[in-house]
Amino acid sequence: MPPVPTLPRLITRTLQPLPLGPLQLPLSLVLRSVVARHPHIFERLGEHAHKRFGLEPSDLPFSFVLAPHPETPSLVAVRSLPAGIPVRIAGPLLALLGLIDGSYDGDALFFSRDLVVEGDVEAVLALRNAIDDAGVDLVADTAALFGPLAPLSERLLAGALLRLKDVAGAAKHEGARTWN
Amino acid sequence: MELICPAGTPAALRTAVDAGADAAYCGFADATNARNFPGLNFSRRELAEGIAYAHRSDVKVLVAINTFPTAGAQALWHRAVDDAVAAGADALIIADVGLIDYAARTHPDQRLHLSVQAAASNPDAIGFYVRRFGVRRVVLPRVLTVSEIAAITRAIDCETEVFIFGGLCVMAEGRCSLSSHVTGQSPNMNGVCSPASHVTYREEGGTLVSRLGDFTINRFAKGEPAAYPTLCKGRFKTSLGSGYLFEDPVSLDAAAILPGLRAAGVTALKIEGRQRSRAYIEGVVRGFREQLDALDVGEKPPADRLATLTEGQSSTLGAYRKNWR
Repeated sequence: MPPVPTLPRLITRTLQPLPLGPLQLPLSLVLRSVVARHPHIFERLGEHAHKRFGLEPSDLPFSFVLAPHPETPSLVAVRSLPAGIPVRIAGPLLALLGLIDGSYDGDALFFSRDLVVEGDVEAVLALRNAIDDAGVDLVADTAALFGPLAPLSERLLAGALLRLKDVAGAAKHEGARTWN
Repeated sequence: MELICPAGTPAALRTAVDAGADAAYCGFADATNARNFPGLNFSRRELAEGIAYAHRSDVKVLVAINTFPTAGAQALWHRAVDDAVAAGADALIIADVGLIDYAARTHPDQRLHLSVQAAASNPDAIGFYVRRFGVRRVVLPRVLTVSEIAAITRAIDCETEVFIFGGLCVMAEGRCSLSSHVTGQSPNMNGVCSPASHVTYREEGGTLVSRLGDFTINRFAKGEPAAYPTLCKGRFKTSLGSGYLFEDPVSLDAAAILPGLRAAGVTALKIEGRQRSRAYIEGVVRGFREQLDALDVGEKPPADRLATLTEGQSSTLGAYRKNWR
């Protein structure tokens, strides 16, 4: 199990002033692709599919609100999570992505305090188990949006993610603590 | 020795098979198994598909029906037994004596294992299950030393299976009422210990506060490894100060005593953690596969790299090296 890398503060600061508007369409498309390619997620989510989940990358200047409703799923970028959101899941971006692609264990991240969970724990477990079983591959699921260019897109996206991990792994983040 | 690995989902089962398990154990998505958690477990179709996947790699699938049937509602447990047999399960892991009786009478050719939840911890108790119901393997409670396991294994006419990694329960297998005292639900009756519906976590200025129902279970200072919010691993305030009374929040890791367990005649080694992710399954199963392969050829085992996956980021040999009596 790899240690949890944190994005350099330079990236966080660079992203800070950028508007969130341009993110919304790509986020929506990626979520629809994930849902279309992994429809069994909803069987495991059950009643929790109708809840809202706040996803808070601790090394990004914005957060996400996920509403995995079977008919109208939505993923929206927000400056800060709305008050009263039923679930808050916070941690480094690459830890959150690692929970999705199966490279990290959620309980281990919780034990190491890299992952913070607040709110409806039952919904959190259902989401975690549904995603872990589905075998979501964000790179492949995103690349699938590009039709015949999917193989090329997948290579480019995988390379970009690898580069991001390299940058994060090499970064010295003040106060950062790996969990192994 | 066989490596018996947890599978909370079909994906976890495939991961266990691919990582080197000799057998995977799993359960249905209801109160018949002791990991009845949200989003976890198998439908009937998923179990059949999982068994087919495992069998293609010569890996066995054991189905845990290891909670205690509720009076008047035994049909749920009987149906689980029937459906697991129909799906082609290689063995059923059962705790309740009535359910074992049902399985033995209804499916006389089905291989039966006695669950750890049955708490059979001496040759007389185990012998009863073997003689009366034809039980072929007993999963021993986590209260025994290696020498006690060796003595039991010599004295009984069935195989023994012991836990080697993962969560530890308070030492009253099958009889713990701590969770039901607080939440009304228990692992033995409902398949859930400290159910998520009763758990809350709160960050208070870097301190993590975990609560179960109306009780604060623990407060973890900034940077301090966290643990599950179970009463048995709660930190209690007493007149002598605060501390752990029942158990420390640590995981079992018996990698260091695998040679001793083999010498004791143990047939199978069990990894706990059906509630854990594919990443856990991959890491732990592959790690122990390497340990066992090295043991088989007399090589020095690879370094244990599983500390990051343990509860509280800490491990113990538990009762295997009992030093408190």
